[in-house]
Amino acid sequence: MSVSTATFAANQPFPMLTIIVVLPALGALVVALVANRRTETARQIAILTTVATAAFAAFVLVAFHGDDTGFQFVTRQTWIDDLGISWALGVDGISLFLVVMTAIIFPISLLAAKPGHDDKAYYAWILILQSGCMGVFLALDLFVFFVFFELVLVPMYFLIGKWGHGDRIHAAMKFFLYTMFGSAFMLVGILATVLLNAKGTGGAITFDLVELAQNQAIATETARWLFLSFAIAFAVKVPMFPVHTWLPDAHTEAPTAGSVILAAVMLKLGTYGFIRFGLFLFPEAAVYFAPLFLTLGVVGIIYGAIVATVQRDLKRLVAYSSIAHLGFIILGIFALNTQGIEGGILQMVNHGVSTGALFILVGWIYERRHTRQIAELKGLQKVAPIFAAAFTLVMLSSIGVPGLNGFVGEFLVLIGAFASARWWAVVAAAGVILAAVYLLWAYQRVFHGTPDDDNADFPELRWHEGLVLLPLIGLIVFMGVYPKPVIERIEPAVVALIDHMEAEVPGFAENGGPTAPEGVELRDVRADDGHATDEEADH
Amino acid sequence: MLDLVWLIPALPLAGFLTLLVLGRRLGEPMAGWLATAAMGGSFLATVAVFLGLLDRPGDDRFFNQVLFEWVPAGNLSVDAGFLVDPLSITMALFITGVATLIHLYSVGYMHGDPNFSKFFLYLNLFAASMLVLVLGDNMLMTFLGWEGVGTCSYLLVSFWFTSEANASAGKKAFVTNRIGDWGFMVAMFLTFATIGSLSYADLISSSMSGEIAAVTATGIALLLLVGAAGKSAQLPLFVWLPDAMAGPTPVSALIHAATMVTAGVYLFVRVNPVVAAAYDWVPDVIAWVGVLTALVAATIAVAQNDIKKVLAYSTISQLGFMFFAIGSGAYVAAIFHVITHAFFKALLFLGSGSVIHGMHDEQDMRRMGGLRRFMPITGATFIVGWLAIAGVPPFSGFWSKDEILLYAWADSKAIWALGSIAALLTAFYMSRQVFMVFFGEPRWNEALPVAAAAPGGNPDAEVEPESEDVAPAEVDEHPEHHVEDPHESPWTMTLPLVVLAGAAIVAGGLNLPFTPDLHFLGHWLEPSLFGNEAHVDATTGTKVFVAGFSVVLALAGVALAALVYLQRRFDSAVIEQRAFAEGWWIDSTFARVVAGPGRQLFDLAAWFDRTIIDGAVNGVASGVRVGGTALRTLQTGYVRTYALAVGLGAVVVGAWFLTRASF
Repeated sequence: MSVSTATFAANQPFPMLTIIVVLPALGALVVALVANRRTETARQIAILTTVATAAFAAFVLVAFHGDDTGFQFVTRQTWIDDLGISWALGVDGISLFLVVMTAIIFPISLLAAKPGHDDKAYYAWILILQSGCMGVFLALDLFVFFVFFELVLVPMYFLIGKWGHGDRIHAAMKFFLYTMFGSAFMLVGILATVLLNAKGTGGAITFDLVELAQNQAIATETARWLFLSFAIAFAVKVPMFPVHTWLPDAHTEAPTAGSVILAAVMLKLGTYGFIRFGLFLFPEAAVYFAPLFLTLGVVGIIYGAIVATVQRDLKRLVAYSSIAHLGFIILGIFALNTQGIEGGILQMVNHGVSTGALFILVGWIYERRHTRQIAELKGLQKVAPIFAAAFTLVMLSSIGVPGLNGFVGEFLVLIGAFASARWWAVVAAAGVILAAVYLLWAYQRVFHGTPDDDNADFPELRWHEGLVLLPLIGLIVFMGVYPKPVIERIEPAVVALIDHMEAEVPGFAENGGPTAPEGVELRDVRADDGHATDEEADH
Repeated sequence: MLDLVWLIPALPLAGFLTLLVLGRRLGEPMAGWLATAAMGGSFLATVAVFLGLLDRPGDDRFFNQVLFEWVPAGNLSVDAGFLVDPLSITMALFITGVATLIHLYSVGYMHGDPNFSKFFLYLNLFAASMLVLVLGDNMLMTFLGWEGVGTCSYLLVSFWFTSEANASAGKKAFVTNRIGDWGFMVAMFLTFATIGSLSYADLISSSMSGEIAAVTATGIALLLLVGAAGKSAQLPLFVWLPDAMAGPTPVSALIHAATMVTAGVYLFVRVNPVVAAAYDWVPDVIAWVGVLTALVAATIAVAQNDIKKVLAYSTISQLGFMFFAIGSGAYVAAIFHVITHAFFKALLFLGSGSVIHGMHDEQDMRRMGGLRRFMPITGATFIVGWLAIAGVPPFSGFWSKDEILLYAWADSKAIWALGSIAALLTAFYMSRQVFMVFFGEPRWNEALPVAAAAPGGNPDAEVEPESEDVAPAEVDEHPEHHVEDPHESPWTMTLPLVVLAGAAIVAGGLNLPFTPDLHFLGHWLEPSLFGNEAHVDATTGTKVFVAGFSVVLALAGVALAALVYLQRRFDSAVIEQRAFAEGWWIDSTFARVVAGPGRQLFDLAAWFDRTIIDGAVNGVASGVRVGGTALRTLQTGYVRTYALAVGLGAVVVGAWFLTRASF
């Protein structure tokens, strides 16, 4: 692994990443100090905080060295010296766009919906949630990572339980217990990893991710168990089949902002964890268990899509579609080659943008009609053509139509998976058929036809709503047409990760397909071919 | 001038973007004129590129233009690039030409539609996608266009979305095409996994150098066949095309007859070296799929009463001809037929649109008759189209179809025989249509016979006549619109008819069989075919026999139809068999499987998710609660208590883990 101390030397004097992590929490503190009745002020502070965070994230994006393989903007402060715990943050190509996506999604989800009651607490929890998510993506220390990974549960629990719909208490509890259950295994795994590493190296205890990954001091057999303990936590978070049933409930009952953040950001904590902690810390185990996870990924793709098709609740349908999309991400990651992992990362961002936008639109439908039942909606395209057009575009992106963002990620995942796990990819590709089935069918029932009385005054997309959607729509088109700047920045880190795996795992070599012949031109092809010229085409 | 190639798709794309922003403001008819102008500009750009290509010597007629790197990842690099060669520019020429005419026609046809500008927005986007499809220099670019045209097809078929039938038809078209797209996608994966590239140049050179093993080439070819069968409506994936007629008629003409549906044919001509590198039986498979499609669709067309349905099945049948041409190695003939078919089928569809327009949205041929007198231009041009598709010399369809049958004859007598039957049926059902619509006595004041009103209980045959959205102004003017006499259409509609009729007459001149010198299209396309065109060693006698036989078939078909539908010597029910009217129950069987077992399977999965998977979780939770009752003091109901318990449990498990792992 070329992550060396040399990269760390390029320390930024300014603790940029610490600010990105801490700023939202500070904003939450300020919101908490605002008087209860001044809800507008609380909202403005919250939006301002997220926008400021986005500005810092934008700075990181611009200042990021695209061809650097290691972590950048690294901050490292000793925290608990005796236990080898330090406040270590850093960003590389794998986390960069997740941080940027998080920074974009939060202000948008705040702008897209209002809580309706207890505004202050709502905004404070969302800001804390953002701190937690940023912390997970940026942590380079297992302890810090775990703290943030757990921290995000609390605000989301309250967001669902307090501002949600329907059976929200049950959904929130289910979400909390499910993820706690998974985290428990990871806690054990982290402690064991740290202690066994110290034992293996004979050195001091350290929670440092890079050091742990480079040492590889744990016996193969044990490492596989440890990998699984992490994997359970991540699998619940993703969620992967068969530990996914918290997701439809949580998604459906959560308030709009909660659903958007849950889908766009929080599900990625799991998939990100698989790459950063699964593949990086336990490369041998990742290779060993790859067939299992490939299979679960493919099952998720097909199963999620099938169950989505027969949902009656529009939001629940989108929730199940997430299970299918996340299956693609898992498939890409465990393809264990450049295209697959890059596609997986790209798909994390794409799913965040597209499904985030879908949840926003579904939230607006609910706001207007107070129902999400597909059967109660009809003919909306007639009364709200622009709303329908926005929905169509986002839907096409989610289906994976080329030219829009969803396709690029899906395609890279599948082409990567095909190179290393042929038959899984062949089955997974059938998922693209099903995606068209459930989304188009839902679209037809909701937007096509003639609106009945209940739907005849469905309000058209408002100006400010259009402005909220605009950045997401811009990303949908940009990342479909010109994904190169994004992929280019992801690639060095992914290549470094695969090099690390190849170095640490005996007998593992990336299977990313052959390299193309150089500069073939058709006129040469023709000249080379002797019989092409002497055979007359006429008769 | 070859550098201008990017303009070809860029102009309609610019039209699309302009309409996206300004469409509503421009309104009718400006939006239509703008879209038509964009298309016309694209045609001129294509002509310029064509002339540039013509300037070069035959061997050098390849030009690559890379705009930017589209998808770079690891050793995969896909460019947004165009390939100009005789094949792609031939396709682009007729696509832009026909599309311009159909845009013009639509200005008249869509008059009064509340979504007038949106229609042209989609139409321009479609044209841009179609041009990317044929001009792309790699499989992924083609796939971009491939999906783009599919998406536009979806949007345009369900254009009048307030009717459920239209909405369903759009969805069905998209989903069925997606089944085919699965094949295309896996073909790309296999190509990349084998040669590390998706560019046509690499694919073609590796196929010809033997770098791609026969088994791999076979895989790629068959997977592409799945994709092509979806897009080009071949057995068994053709079921979406007849329903797609729910879209506005210009859409049927442009997308579902002249251009999009021929994408599969184009694809196979493009990758002809892959087919050549595959096992010997692969071309046979393609040929059989094609000829069976041609035959089955022709039989179905015989018993349809909807004027557009006849043309839809006819299109499927003609596409079948192109496929068995490919299977017989007649790539030139396949493209030749693509071109002539584009002219005469677009003409026929536009003619039918003019009829529907003139008849105030009537589509049932049993209520027409004698229209020749009321719509002279439409009638005359439709008759030209009819003679062309029926294969009557010297109209264009004869030349291309004859060439296909000649190659089939050389390849396999069975294919030739079945193809000939399909040709006979083509002449028959088209004559039936012309006689029912343009000849005989006017029938629009007659009620339909009761039995005939519901033909064999086939609900699909009776697609909603083009819903109330069509030209509402028109409908208001004629409240009792079936009593009103039909009228001729405005010039924007008849001018394209006249131009296309002219093309349908003379297009045969592209590739006349008399001497090799007259084989213009064959010579022109030669560089793109890499010597894979089959070589037919037929004597002049054989050629004359095959040609003569097709003329006899065509005339026999016409004569037979005249006996039944003009002179009424036989009862038409003898010919219009139930199996034909029902489309051999293929579509209804699919529908039944999807709605029955398919739906049940999906419901079962949802039940499984709710009851088994989630049930197991809830079961565990209940179990915990039961246990908790025993330990009531511990159950506080606070999350923090649970959290503490989970945390403690984790420590215990961890301790066990560590002691165990230490050994």
